[in-house]
Amino acid sequence: MPRPGPAGFNHNLKGNREMKLLTRLATGMVMAGLLGGAAAAKTLVYCSEGSPEGFDPAPYTAGTTFDASAVPLYNRLVEFEKGTTNVIPGLAESWDVSADGMEYTFHLRPGVKFHSTEFYTPSRDFNADDVVFSFERQGKEDNPYFSYIEGITYEYYGGMEMNVVIKEVQKVDDLTVKFVLTRPEAPFLANLAMAFASITSKEYADKLAADGKQADFNQAPIGTGPYQFVAYQKDAVIRYKANPDYWGGKQAIDDLIFAITPDAAVRVQKLQAGECHVAPYPAPADIAGLKGNADLTVMEQAGLNVAYLAYNTSVAPFDNANVRKALNMAINEQALMDAVYQGTGQPAKNPIPPTMWSYNDSVADDGYDPEAAKKMLEEAGVKDLSMKVWAMPVQRPYMPNAQRAAELIQADFAAVGVNVEIVSYEWGEYLKKSTEKNRDGAVILGWTGDNGDPDNFMGVLLGCAGAVDGGSNRAQWCNEEFDGLIQKAKVTADQAERTKLYEEAQVVFKREAPWATLGHSTVFMPMSTKVSGYVMDPLGSHDFEGVDIAE
Amino acid sequence: MFRFLLGKLAYLVPTFIGITIVAFGFVRVLPGDPVLLMAGERGLTPERHAELSAQLGFDRPIWQQYLDFLGRLFQGDFGTSLVTKKPVLTEFFTLFPATLELSLCAILLATAVGLPLGIFAAIRRGSWFDQVSMSSALVGYSMPIFWWGLLLIIFFSGVLGWTPVSGRISLMFYFPTVTGFMTIDSLLSGQDGAFTSALSHLILPTIVLATIPMAVIARQARSAMLEVLGEDYVRTARAKGLSAWRVVGLHALRNALIPVITTIGLQVGTLMGGAILTETIFSWPGIGKAMVDSISRRDYPSVQGGLLIIAALVMTVNLLVDLLYGLINPRIRHR
Repeated sequence: MPRPGPAGFNHNLKGNREMKLLTRLATGMVMAGLLGGAAAAKTLVYCSEGSPEGFDPAPYTAGTTFDASAVPLYNRLVEFEKGTTNVIPGLAESWDVSADGMEYTFHLRPGVKFHSTEFYTPSRDFNADDVVFSFERQGKEDNPYFSYIEGITYEYYGGMEMNVVIKEVQKVDDLTVKFVLTRPEAPFLANLAMAFASITSKEYADKLAADGKQADFNQAPIGTGPYQFVAYQKDAVIRYKANPDYWGGKQAIDDLIFAITPDAAVRVQKLQAGECHVAPYPAPADIAGLKGNADLTVMEQAGLNVAYLAYNTSVAPFDNANVRKALNMAINEQALMDAVYQGTGQPAKNPIPPTMWSYNDSVADDGYDPEAAKKMLEEAGVKDLSMKVWAMPVQRPYMPNAQRAAELIQADFAAVGVNVEIVSYEWGEYLKKSTEKNRDGAVILGWTGDNGDPDNFMGVLLGCAGAVDGGSNRAQWCNEEFDGLIQKAKVTADQAERTKLYEEAQVVFKREAPWATLGHSTVFMPMSTKVSGYVMDPLGSHDFEGVDIAE
Repeated sequence: MFRFLLGKLAYLVPTFIGITIVAFGFVRVLPGDPVLLMAGERGLTPERHAELSAQLGFDRPIWQQYLDFLGRLFQGDFGTSLVTKKPVLTEFFTLFPATLELSLCAILLATAVGLPLGIFAAIRRGSWFDQVSMSSALVGYSMPIFWWGLLLIIFFSGVLGWTPVSGRISLMFYFPTVTGFMTIDSLLSGQDGAFTSALSHLILPTIVLATIPMAVIARQARSAMLEVLGEDYVRTARAKGLSAWRVVGLHALRNALIPVITTIGLQVGTLMGGAILTETIFSWPGIGKAMVDSISRRDYPSVQGGLLIIAALVMTVNLLVDLLYGLINPRIRHR
């Protein structure tokens, strides 16, 4: 018998009077529940893997935070179509792009309501002011919400270069907004479907500012999404209820509960005991057992990610493509799949995963051939080579066990006469040191896609702009031909044409071999057979819109 | 007694200053940079890194940051979490009641079981009871908490279905937080079954967290008791024909308790350590797990603030233990 109640009372200390009122309210609801009998409300419990950092999606970068904020509570102008990375209308019903690709005009959906909750009632529908506010607060330092809490930064807004790309966001009329860009930017629409671009209420923000309670913007969220916020008990439970006025129709689930359960083995136990209906990120070792349980379904999908070994192409002998190619051929990728991914991955040959558009399947992998590798190294004049291989100290979605992977690579390289020393650093140090221009050694790392655009992989990870100290191009690889192709693709609006350019870029990538592509991981999602309508998101979010549960 | 108390308090001031230095220094000595951890795989340009560091005040000399920290501290400001952007103090005391509730239950259980176990083992020294209880204590002391917790969950929750897997109360129940103690709040809520649900959620984590202190207390009680039972005055009391109950319960126990109380006091620190693992296994929203998260994220303000409060609490408990000595043994306060 879960009860919607006044939000916000759990996460901080409030005045005595307020507390009393809240207690009375809650008691009132208990009474109502007892007297009214049970019109059985549908409840879905999701055993989430961690606590959200806050409920404003813009300042954060963690998927766990987005699952609790951007996904259930908010909408974007455009959205990713369920189960794909295609961009479809969201709060904007349609849009026009100017011929030069410098202006995007969005026609907003009329009659969209922001959440009415115990702590806030909107006086107007969603309109252009909210859109302008949602972007300006992240991009304009003079916006009152730019630094509404101490130490806040907008990592994604900057990371996706929105601060460079967006020149201006103009309100044309109540239901029309125009984005003026500084340059044509093909991934722009996909960026607008990302969590950081969630549309927040200007009216609510203004009201909080007037009351001097700006911090509530991050703790008592108001959005337009399928579910609305009820309460958060730190590190324990988040409660939502269906938004009765949702423009996409009221959800079948009345109460959505996130039971925060950080340990993977305990999540599995809770799922089996029926204490939750859906639980993400099972340990690879538990998957077989879950699949054997008749009360559970285990969904799976190729993750939108890649794990790689990046050579430092600015240092001899790794500046020679033939040396890199030879080393790639020395790696037994199948053994890596078996020992490291344990059936939860697939071999990689391109820098982007197969589920992404423009994936070039005609590219041939390097192939495992130690003999040929040895010969190629000899021809390149490389003898008695000693090198370092960097292994990450942490498990990441794309790489379950980097230490083990490094050991396998060490053995494979030893077989072709290359002596490997495995090194590792604390995770923060690792991220930093691996970007150093004159880094000694090849580094194991990976990437999870943000927006489904190939530029988000190839541009970020392999473009010349990232091949600097502190940049994300860990191979320090700046190839004019490759960079030319991806730069052109980035400013081309036509997707068919972009596809061609990216396919070509993948051929150049394979020929030049700045990385050994190690693998793409598979994501598993076990859930009760009572749950229906769940669709896995290739971008890795956990979305309960359109989900139902049988009693 | 007053001078005794004053002397003890005078020690606390330099200790506390020392702890601020340790707490402040500890998280900064660890390799790793909170700004970089925020950026992840994407990386940061040196310019953006400098900009963010400056925004967070990390670009200033370390001594200046420390003095600033100390200055704010004296105004009761523990800073703002880098992760949640909320005041450290608020965050801490939101979570602390959960840890306190669990720790209190654990220390009660550990004492209630460990103390009599140790005493009886001492009285029946060398008996099968002594041997079984002391070897169980050794096993308990060496138990890897994580493994032990999962084992209990799999058996009692998975196989038998007697206890819930994790959490503090069934998700069915929903009422406002008043004291932060789920057992008390569930009673205050007046909802049917809420209190039972809260209790049933407490059982397994209490057992897991109590295991090590219980073993330590039992062993300490046994050896302290053995020592006292060999003393002349006990022999005299026995020779005078006092009943065994009076000899052990009155004369021996009172003196044997002093080292045991020290041990129980010291277990408070151990509980904090055990809470980290126990809370993670049982999804218990307490301070132990939150501290680990903060450390792994290099959330400087949360780590130093949390360490400081925990240290202050442990110091207070130890002070109380010292005072308790004075009550039990007048020789200590007059020395």
